[in-house]
Amino acid sequence: MNRSLYSVCGMCSVRCPIRVEVTDERINWIEGNPNVPGIEHSLCARGSSGISLLYDFERLQYPMIRIGPRGSGQFKRASWEEAFKYVAEAIGNIQSQYGKKSIALVDRGAGLFGEIQRVFLRSIGSPNYFSHDDFCRKNVDLAYQTLLGYGRPEVGYDFSNTKHMVFYGRNALESLGVREANNIIKALSNGARLTYLDVRVSKTATKATKFLQIRPGTDYAFNLALIHVILRENLFDREFVERFITGLPELENFIKPYTPDWAEKETGIPSYEIVELAKQLSADKPKVILYPGWFAARTMNYFYNARSIIILNALLGSIEQKGGLILAKTPKEVGAKGLNSLLERVPAPQEKRIEAEEGKGFLYDGAGHILHLFRAIKTGQPYPIKGLFVMRYDPFAGITHKDIQELLNGLDLLVAIDTNYSSTAWYADVVLPESTYLERDDMIGMQRGAKPTLIMRRKAINPLYDTKGKWEIFTGLAKACGFGDYMPYESIEDIWNYQLEGTGIKIEEFEKTGQVALCKDPLMYSRDDLRFKTKSQKIEILSEKMVEREVPYFLEFQSPPKPDIEKGEFKLVFGRIAVHTHVQTHNNKYLNEIIPENDLWINDQVAKQLGIKDGDIIEISSDDYSAKIRAKVTPFIHPETVFMYRGFENEVPFKTRSVGKGVNEGRFLKGAFEKMAYGSHTGVLFENFIKVRKA
Amino acid sequence: MSIYYIYQDHNRCIGCYACEIHCKTKNELPVGPRLCRIIETEIKLIGGLPRQRFVFMPCFHCEDPWCVKACPTGAMQKRSKDGIVFVEHSLCVGCKSCITACPWGVPQWNPEIGKIVKCDYCKDRIDRGLEPACVTKCTTKALRFISASEASRLKRESFVKETYASLY
Ligand code: SF4
Ligand code: SF4
Ligand code: SF4
Repeated sequence: MNRSLYSVCGMCSVRCPIRVEVTDERINWIEGNPNVPGIEHSLCARGSSGISLLYDFERLQYPMIRIGPRGSGQFKRASWEEAFKYVAEAIGNIQSQYGKKSIALVDRGAGLFGEIQRVFLRSIGSPNYFSHDDFCRKNVDLAYQTLLGYGRPEVGYDFSNTKHMVFYGRNALESLGVREANNIIKALSNGARLTYLDVRVSKTATKATKFLQIRPGTDYAFNLALIHVILRENLFDREFVERFITGLPELENFIKPYTPDWAEKETGIPSYEIVELAKQLSADKPKVILYPGWFAARTMNYFYNARSIIILNALLGSIEQKGGLILAKTPKEVGAKGLNSLLERVPAPQEKRIEAEEGKGFLYDGAGHILHLFRAIKTGQPYPIKGLFVMRYDPFAGITHKDIQELLNGLDLLVAIDTNYSSTAWYADVVLPESTYLERDDMIGMQRGAKPTLIMRRKAINPLYDTKGKWEIFTGLAKACGFGDYMPYESIEDIWNYQLEGTGIKIEEFEKTGQVALCKDPLMYSRDDLRFKTKSQKIEILSEKMVEREVPYFLEFQSPPKPDIEKGEFKLVFGRIAVHTHVQTHNNKYLNEIIPENDLWINDQVAKQLGIKDGDIIEISSDDYSAKIRAKVTPFIHPETVFMYRGFENEVPFKTRSVGKGVNEGRFLKGAFEKMAYGSHTGVLFENFIKVRKA
Repeated sequence: MSIYYIYQDHNRCIGCYACEIHCKTKNELPVGPRLCRIIETEIKLIGGLPRQRFVFMPCFHCEDPWCVKACPTGAMQKRSKDGIVFVEHSLCVGCKSCITACPWGVPQWNPEIGKIVKCDYCKDRIDRGLEPACVTKCTTKALRFISASEASRLKRESFVKETYASLY
């Protein structure tokens, strides 16, 4: 028996549309959804390896309750009923002692299908929802919110029609989404320019039309100088700026000292390159994209850096522009009714979330700040958080052992929900195994954009082990906690029908291509119709939001400290490789076969001084951790920096292919989790120094 | 040489290794044998820009295949209708002569079945009017399944474009 169905990939957070073939109840083919432009059968390595995740024995297979000490890996197998009951009782005990708000949930960011876990959290009366975005795109998100009133997921990039892209360490061809990569390649083959700044030559750099090697931690200086030149030389889009930007005189005043000559000293990039880039961008405007990227938890100033990048786009008139940045439209704007929200069935929690009790001086949104959460767990301030749900996210794989210990000390209950046997699951009290994306249905998601489109993930086969879909896990938990009325769903169809009620769309309509668009053509506003979602409806350099939260509009650039490279001290920078997703895929048998471990990139001149040769095993250390790793000696990295691909050295013995292989960057981040970025309170992961020496 | 050829557009290829996984999943291979490989060249500065190539290495399906000649049992065969070189598993005794014979190390040992496996241009897909797995699903459409004569045309054109571009 053969069948074919449309669904959504789950191997990384991009969630590409896919088509799956099943023969005799076995999945033997996954490809990119052929109906979707920019995908057309294409899939990345991880997407294809979904089959080896599915048929892998080395994944979570049934609910487990811890019986040994935390981190001993001693669990007993439990039935779902038992596990739900255990969790419900623990929640009851914690909430009766510390209040409803003392339970928190953290996930990788709500994404397309993430509402359901928030519905559960709200059902049990807690406001404390967090996403991992503080270690990812939150600076970009908050920067967009302050300037445009739109969030990061509401801004798309029209790469395929652009004339000039500027990427700041946004290694888009390795930290990969299929459609985005195709659009970038398309732009390049149409003659667009790609100016790429990074501390090293990534694979994206090997496709750039201009590569600028930048001193680590100085992107912001570069952008300030770029703004300086664009304003000084009248290179901006005057019509757009006059109509849509408020606060230009203040910006002009602030930017005065930041000349290209000054920036050259900070960044190591010759001033003429900055001037030249400004002129090119002006010639290419408005079809330009200065890309603030995804991972923006880099330096203390990165929120302000993200703002500077968005301001540059605004100065060049590239917002709501073909070949530039395109704003998402709501279903209402395109004349359709959107999905009904499951959250709306549950009353909003009475108690205030952590941040609301912490005074002003920083921005936050509905997904909170994970560093505040960690701090509350460790210190009990502003109030105790005693129970933590971690959903498809693995914080313990990316932090120091000391931080893990402190978090565990503060928690009475740690529940891990994942398909992967994560490090967090290894330390958890209860592990609830989620079915893989090929074995589960999810709630309908909406892809935002100029043409909002609904997309459905459906299971291709029944679960191979005793696992459940996310909606079943959270409705089960709500029921066990006595709040089943808030989540009265017996089947996924109950959820889909509720979501679709009043939209005129039927479940069957998703069968044709896997997606249902809410309008025929993308909607874009002309400049006459363009309004932003800020109070003034303009792009607010002097942001109302920032006034309200007592966050300064501008931040002076402070020169980052230099590591003592002669003594073998370097700034640690890490990043993604195209065959792995964060910390999740390193045990996948096919992906592991291609890249089983990482090495450490080190500049050839510096390596020579330290007596390190290519391929040598070297020792790297922070104050409280050290490990051995192979050196990759290359001229193509900045001398102050060492680089490694992230997510290796899994510590869960059950995952035999990846346990102990390579080195985990997170263990070297001593102190990083006390540092909060200016204005945004996000993580600061690229300011740590490590020592390197010949082993 | 078979009548087909897999052409790789180096300007499109991003070295993501997806083609290798598309191949492994399609052929349900264990860890070990890799029917195609992406081989990375060292990064070089060319005209002041860092450049790197990711060379796709499947089987070349030779006109006069070394592996077929070396095979003592007749398991390694060339398909008469289109020149695809493939292993007939019922005849393969696992002697590995083909591995030694092939200058590019294309035939692979499959420890699970104790026999040779190799790229057969996904002939079952071709016979169904489809393209090979690696080509169909290549992340950036860098691979193209074309006739051998088209391949030489494309190669010649891209040579001129790339080599002479700086002169104009
Ligand atoms: S980029 Fe790859 S892993 Fe991520 S969703 Fe797309 S196909 Fe899946
Ligand atoms: S899948 Fe395509 S882009 Fe990726 S390495 Fe293979 S040939 Fe290159
Ligand atoms: S043609 Fe088929 S067998 Fe050959 S490398 Fe491509 S996917 Fe593998």
